Amino acid sequence: MAETGTLNMIQALNDALDQTMERDETAVILGEDVGHFGGVFRVTAGLQEKYGSERVFDTPLAEAGIVGMAIGMGLGGLRPIVEIQFADFIFPAFDQIVNELAKYRYRSGGQYAPRVLIRTPYGGGIRGGHYHSQSPEAYFAHTPGLRVVVPSGPYEAKGLLLGALECDDPVIFLEPKRIYRAAKGEIPLDYYTLPLERARIARKGVDLSLVAWGAMMPICLEAAALAEGEGYDIEVIDLQSIAPYDLHTLVRSVEKTGRMVVVHEAPRTCGFGAELIAAVQSAAFEHLRAPLERVTGFDTPFPYILEDHYLPNAERVLAAAVQAIGY
Amino acid sequence: MTEPSPIHSAAPIQILGEDGSCADEHRGLLSDEQVVQALEAMVLNRILDRRLLMLQRQGRLGFWMTSRGEEATILGAAVALEPEDPIFLSYRELGCLLWRQIPLAMIFNQLIGNGRDVCLGRQMPVHYCYREWSIPSVSAPVGTQLPHAAGFGYAARLRGTGQVALAFCGEGTASQGDFHTALNFAGVFASPSIFLIRNNGYAISTPESVQTAAESLAVRGEGYGLPGLQVDGNDLLAVVKVVGEAAARARAGDGPTLIEALTYRMGAHSTADDPSAYRSDEEAEAWTRLDPFERLKRHGAWRGVWNEELEAETHARLDQRVVSTLAECEKIPPPRVETLFEGVLETVSPQLEAQRDEYLAMHRRRSEGGYEVP
Repeated sequence: MAETGTLNMIQALNDALDQTMERDETAVILGEDVGHFGGVFRVTAGLQEKYGSERVFDTPLAEAGIVGMAIGMGLGGLRPIVEIQFADFIFPAFDQIVNELAKYRYRSGGQYAPRVLIRTPYGGGIRGGHYHSQSPEAYFAHTPGLRVVVPSGPYEAKGLLLGALECDDPVIFLEPKRIYRAAKGEIPLDYYTLPLERARIARKGVDLSLVAWGAMMPICLEAAALAEGEGYDIEVIDLQSIAPYDLHTLVRSVEKTGRMVVVHEAPRTCGFGAELIAAVQSAAFEHLRAPLERVTGFDTPFPYILEDHYLPNAERVLAAAVQAIGY
Repeated sequence: MTEPSPIHSAAPIQILGEDGSCADEHRGLLSDEQVVQALEAMVLNRILDRRLLMLQRQGRLGFWMTSRGEEATILGAAVALEPEDPIFLSYRELGCLLWRQIPLAMIFNQLIGNGRDVCLGRQMPVHYCYREWSIPSVSAPVGTQLPHAAGFGYAARLRGTGQVALAFCGEGTASQGDFHTALNFAGVFASPSIFLIRNNGYAISTPESVQTAAESLAVRGEGYGLPGLQVDGNDLLAVVKVVGEAAARARAGDGPTLIEALTYRMGAHSTADDPSAYRSDEEAEAWTRLDPFERLKRHGAWRGVWNEELEAETHARLDQRVVSTLAECEKIPPPRVETLFEGVLETVSPQLEAQRDEYLAMHRRRSEGGYEVP
C-alpha cells in the first residue's frame, strides 16, 4: 500500500510541483510573488528555497511579459510553469496565449511546440468581486491548440497537474480557489498522473446527468444528495478537462438517464455548457426525455455583495434537476 | 580590436566612409571573403525582391514584402551572430535566411505554401520558421516575438548553451506593450538577448513622429537599465560591430542591449501598399544616395574584392538559380487536405477527429465525382 496523506488542494498542487521540479531539471516556475513568498495562495511555498531562484522566481508585474517570456523559455528548451495570480488578470496575456502559445506547434509545422503550463486560480465564492472571481474557461476552450483542465479536489489536482505536465501541449490549468483549502482528501504521496480528456463519474445515478467542473462539483454533489431525499437518483459527472472534452462519457450517461443539466459559474451565453448541450443533443438525440438545461452564472459582470445570488447553488441545481426529471 | 562602441550613443555609429573606405581598425570586422558573401547575399536579396514582386503582381504569389534599403541592418545582425543564435524575425528579414544559407527552395516552398513547406502552408508568405537554422516562427501581431527572445535568452543561460537571442522589430512595434515588457524582463533577468529596431521611418504609412515624442528609440534602453544605442542601419560594418559587441556582452553575462538601426524602406510596406500616398519623392531620393547595397559595393571595390564584372556575373548566376528553383517549387502540389487537421495538439482531439472524419468523407465523395446529398 502506497503511503498517503491528508492534503488540501493547495498542498496537493505544491506536492505535484515539487515532484516535477525534482524529476525534470528543465522545469522552472515563474510568476508574480511565486518565489520567496510562495504565491499569494501559497501553492509554490518552499519551492524557491529548495530549487533556487534561477528555477523558481518572481517576475515584474506584467502578465503578457510573463507568458511571453515563458513561451521563449519553452522555445529555448525549458519547461516553464507559469502562475497567473488570478484568472481575472490573464487577459493582458491573452494575445500571447491565443496568438502565440496556442498556435506555435501548428504554425511551425511541428518544428517548435513550447511546453508552457499556465496555472491560475479562478472562480467566485470568495467575496472577490469582478476581478477576483471570473471563470474564463470558455475563452480558452474556443482557441484550438490549448488544453483547458480544471481539478475539483486534491486527488484530481495533483494527478491532473502531473498529467498535464507530462503532456507537451500548452495547458491552461484553472484552479478553483474557492475550494483550495476546503477540499481535503487522503491522497497518495507518490507520483501519479490522471489521464487528461477523461471525465470522472463522481456519483452514479439513473435519473439525470449533472455535469460540472471545479468548485461546482461540491454544489452538484450537495444537490444530488438533496435529490436523493426526494427519491431521485442523480449521476454527477466531473468534466475535469474542458478542452478537449470527454463527450463519450457524457453521451453514455445521457443514454442511460435521458436528461442532462450542466452547471457552471461563468455567464450562460456562450458558456461552455452551450457546447456540451449542443454536442450531447446531437449525439444522443433519440435518448433524450427532457430538454437539456443549464444552471449558470448570469449574463452580468461578476458581482460583489450579491455573489451568492449570482453563483449556482444546490437549491438552483436541484430545482433544475427536478424540473428536468418531471418534464 | 576596434574601440568598443559607447553604451549610449547620441549620434548613430558609422564606419563606412562615402567613398567606401573604412578606418584600418575596422577592417577586421569582416574578412574580404565575408564582404563578398554579404554582397552576394545582397545581390540575391534584390533579385528576390524584384522577382517575387513580379510573381505577386502576376497573381502567382499571395503576398510579398521587399526589404530593399534595409539589407545592411538585416544582414549585419545575422553576420554578427553565431549560426545557433536564434533570430526572432519581425517579417522583413529575408537577408537573415540568406546569410544562414537556408536553401532557396525551402524559402520558396514557404512563400508558395506548397506540400513541401516545413510549415505545411499554414501561414501567409514571409511568416518563416526554420528550426534547423534557429529561426523561430514569424507572427503578424507585431512585437510578440520580443518577450520570446527575453525568455529564450534566459533558457540559454540556464541550460548553459551559450546562445544569444536576437529579436527584430520595427519602430512602429516599439509602441507595443510587448516591446516594453520584453526590455523590462530582459533587463531584470539580464537575459542574453538583443533587441534590434529597424527604424525605417514608417509603420506602413505612419511616420515615426506618431510613434514617439522622444528624440530617439535608443534612449529607451536607459529606462530599462540596459545599453541603448543608435547605429547607421545602412552601414553593414557598423551594424556588424554593434550587434557583435552586444552579443559579446550578452555571452559574458552582461545582459541585453537595445539597438536602433536608422534605415529606410525604399520600397512599399507590402504588396498591398503604395508609399507615394504618404511620402515624397525627394525623401525617397535622398535615401537612395544612402543605399546600403551601393555603400557595400563601394567598400568591396575599396578592398579590391568587388567590381561591376563580378556583380554582373553573380547576378546572372543567382537570377538563373532563382528562376529555375522557383519553377520547380511552383510544380509542387499543395499540402494534403488531411494536414489541416494535424498538429493542433500533439494528438488529434476527439472533437477534431469527428470534424475531420465528417469533412474528409465529403471531400472524398467530391473528389470521386461530385458531391451528392446523402
